[in-house]
Amino acid sequence: MSTPAVTPKPIKTNRIGLQILDYRGGKTTLCAGCGHNAISERITEAFYEMGIQPERVMKMSGIGCSSKSPAYFMSRSFSFNSVHGRMPSVATGALLANKTMRSIGVSGDGDTASIGMGQFVHFMRRNVPMIYIIEDNGVYGLTKGQFSATADIGSKLKTGVVNDLPAIDICALAIQLGATFVGRSFSGDKKQLSTMLKAALSHQGTVLLDVISPCVTFNDHEGSTKSYKYMQEHEDAVGEIGFVPYFDDIAIEYDPNTTVDVQLHDGSHMRLRKLHESYDPTDKVNAIKMLMETHEKGEVLTGVFYVDTQKTDFTTLLNMVDEPLATLSEDRTRPSREVLTSIMQAHL
Amino acid sequence: MTTSQLLVQGQPATQQVGGVNKIVNDFSIQVATVNGSGSQSANSVLLRSIFSMGVPVSGKNLFPSNIAGLPTWYTIRVSKQGWVARKTDIDILIAMNPETAREDVLALGAGAAVIYDESLKLNELRDDVAFYAVPFDQLAATTGADAKLRKLIKNMVYVGVAAFVLKIDMEKVEQTVRKQFAKKVKAAELNLNAVRVGYDYAASTLTKQDPYVVEPMNATDGKIIIDGNSAAAMGAMFAGVTVVSWYPITPSSSVVENLIDYMKRYRVEKDGKASFAIVQAEDELAAIGMVLGAGWAGARSMTASSGPGISLMAEFAGLGYYAEIPGVIFDIQRTGPSTGLPTRTSQADLSFVAGLSHGDTKHVILLPGTVKECFEFGIAAFDLAEQLQTPVFVLSDLDLGMNNWMSEPFEYPEKPLQRGKVLNAKQLGELGGFARYKDVDGDAIPYRTLPGTDHPAAAYFTRGSGHNEKALYSERPEDYENNMMRLARKFETAATLVPKPIIEGKGDAKAGIIAFGTSHFAVVECRDQLERESQISTDYLRVRAYPFTQEIRDFVAAHERIYVVEQNRDAQLLNLLKIDLDPAQVVKLHSVLHFNGLPIDARSITPAIASHEGASK
Repeated sequence: MSTPAVTPKPIKTNRIGLQILDYRGGKTTLCAGCGHNAISERITEAFYEMGIQPERVMKMSGIGCSSKSPAYFMSRSFSFNSVHGRMPSVATGALLANKTMRSIGVSGDGDTASIGMGQFVHFMRRNVPMIYIIEDNGVYGLTKGQFSATADIGSKLKTGVVNDLPAIDICALAIQLGATFVGRSFSGDKKQLSTMLKAALSHQGTVLLDVISPCVTFNDHEGSTKSYKYMQEHEDAVGEIGFVPYFDDIAIEYDPNTTVDVQLHDGSHMRLRKLHESYDPTDKVNAIKMLMETHEKGEVLTGVFYVDTQKTDFTTLLNMVDEPLATLSEDRTRPSREVLTSIMQAHL
Repeated sequence: MTTSQLLVQGQPATQQVGGVNKIVNDFSIQVATVNGSGSQSANSVLLRSIFSMGVPVSGKNLFPSNIAGLPTWYTIRVSKQGWVARKTDIDILIAMNPETAREDVLALGAGAAVIYDESLKLNELRDDVAFYAVPFDQLAATTGADAKLRKLIKNMVYVGVAAFVLKIDMEKVEQTVRKQFAKKVKAAELNLNAVRVGYDYAASTLTKQDPYVVEPMNATDGKIIIDGNSAAAMGAMFAGVTVVSWYPITPSSSVVENLIDYMKRYRVEKDGKASFAIVQAEDELAAIGMVLGAGWAGARSMTASSGPGISLMAEFAGLGYYAEIPGVIFDIQRTGPSTGLPTRTSQADLSFVAGLSHGDTKHVILLPGTVKECFEFGIAAFDLAEQLQTPVFVLSDLDLGMNNWMSEPFEYPEKPLQRGKVLNAKQLGELGGFARYKDVDGDAIPYRTLPGTDHPAAAYFTRGSGHNEKALYSERPEDYENNMMRLARKFETAATLVPKPIIEGKGDAKAGIIAFGTSHFAVVECRDQLERESQISTDYLRVRAYPFTQEIRDFVAAHERIYVVEQNRDAQLLNLLKIDLDPAQVVKLHSVLHFNGLPIDARSITPAIASHEGASK
């Protein structure tokens, strides 16, 4: 078969001259159709579109299907797949060592809301500057389908077992605990998730994104509230999210009566067009109230629920030197001979 | 320089004066108080005043797990020979706690002396000890201190009384008080006044009836007094630690609390910014997690904890070992299992820490026996952790960590920081890439890169799951086996880098003693007792690290009988030695144990060795 000669298409690159290929990861070993794979795709695109150097990124995770996924995006970034429920502490330590790095953490509902709850709570409270994504499917996949703590009361396992405990709302918790950018999305909502991720990359502080990500093998059936079908029928967006990156010098008109404009730390703007009347992303109490009310109605509220661009993030709070602590030279980390002599004098 | 050589320089001895045997610079004082009564400064003044007279001293706080109200005892040993291990016999009792006074007095040997509060009427209990009754409340009232302070000031009154009874130089006491309250002139005067009130009362009222006196020596010139936890903190600071995460637990809290003080003072730069981060974590899981996260990203990181915290760290310790991440963990041992006796000392974490984690795991452990080694190993641990790319444990204990010890001043570290095999972007450019877990140099230590290294081949995937040389996920049997065998070889490399044991003795004895950590001070005194009292000569090897080195095997081979002295029930060092030694050598090992929670003393080990040696002669 002959093909007509064509001039090769120019290779598409982002603003730092890298191709999307430079942001790809290894081949996924998760199930075909797993929501997590779609999330990996969105992450890849967001970093590519924002033009972030992959070598400046740390990918952190705990244990579980979700926590495997950092292997499936951005192979040129540094990755740490740690122990079950303990990603927050490892991520915190890594950022203390090098606060100039960007960090993205991927966890699951089991990894966060059960075994990792203790560390999650304190990570939010510290406002550690990282994007913390929970790939939330309400079920333990790797151990073949037990309920997790985000499964809704009354939802059914494949085996017919009914969950008789209430779900933990991770977003409500994160807002109360001190996270400064809290939202929920759905792995199947490409546009919303992409926009949210790009806005998250412009925020300096803890970003908590609870992404409903159906488990096609163990929790995608009738009676599940974390299935594709349930989400398609019950997703209720609190607002429509627009994003204008700092490097795009375009003014887009918006109506301040219907839209909240948030200037993020890097100068980008997030535009939140209200779909719910009482929506105010700067009001904690209101955000939690809305989450509880929609949940009562069996709907799944998505969108950016809360943003605070004023609160100091944890690495800034510690007032460290500008350079990474990890690579400070010896003359700055080992005090002088005179210091030792004076301490010794005090103990004579 | 070893500690047993460190001390014996003075000369006063027992003399006959006025028909009474004077016992000079060889006795112990016990101050019995109520926890929370503020006796710490007074006891410290007593200890340091004697020290500043040139006389070797050691102080041990035997305290309860309680904020206030339970009995606590502070013992000071004064020893012209320089023995600093605990001495169980008490010669001078300062009985300030009505709750325990009776029992404390009845426990004394004949000939001891008691300074006590008049109202307790202890003199009615027995007639073979010297009693010095003191109206503490009345005296405290005359100091002019307000009612609130009187409880505290009473403690300084007993310092004055003791100074008279024991003939401690009042000039030295004054200097010590002024130094102790250097920043608070008013407090210094108030305390000094109380000391004088006590001294004057004693001088005008009491007649010396006991033989114990302090006389000046010159055996402490140039020496310092410090606790092991402060020393460890200093070590960490001079090691250039940058990330510290911890969860408070007795008896390790003062490692980080001291470190915070030092770092604020010496590691804040001119612009007010810190060259460090110290985080109080939510628990020990998070503490070690932050340490490994920071170590992975290239920082010198550490935590300090004790038994219960170390238990929680087990899973992360395995990750650190298997994923090969540096980090330093100070374990200031207390008694276990479980909560155990939180304020009592022990050496019972050794075998647990040696293999801390599920799966085949071996950890590098440093075993300081002196405060100076707390400092030196505090530095060495960071070098070893980065050189070997693995967590390194420093096993101290409550006795070493929280008690005051004399020491030669610490020496400034001359060796530059050893940051290990880290590839930068330029090196990666020349090499064209690297395999994270490949043994390139034959020492089983691979190369690593740090996050942020600006080269497309710099990144790798760190995981606690099975991996091959390229850090890719692998379940292949040969990949698992090769990696585990390389880790075993890396442990052999560790044996060439850790501190070697210290051997004392002429080397020709038939009996050898092996010990580690704070058992050292009891062992050196025990050897003297064996020599003097039973003409048994011994050689002595002090283990200072795990993995064990060849010197230990040679030492065992060169002796007919080996006594392994340690402060735990299950002979943990002996059992680790068993794994390491040739089976033919194992039969030589005999266990000598002390594990009641109180610091080990020579008298609790000498008889066991003497009788066994008698039996084998």
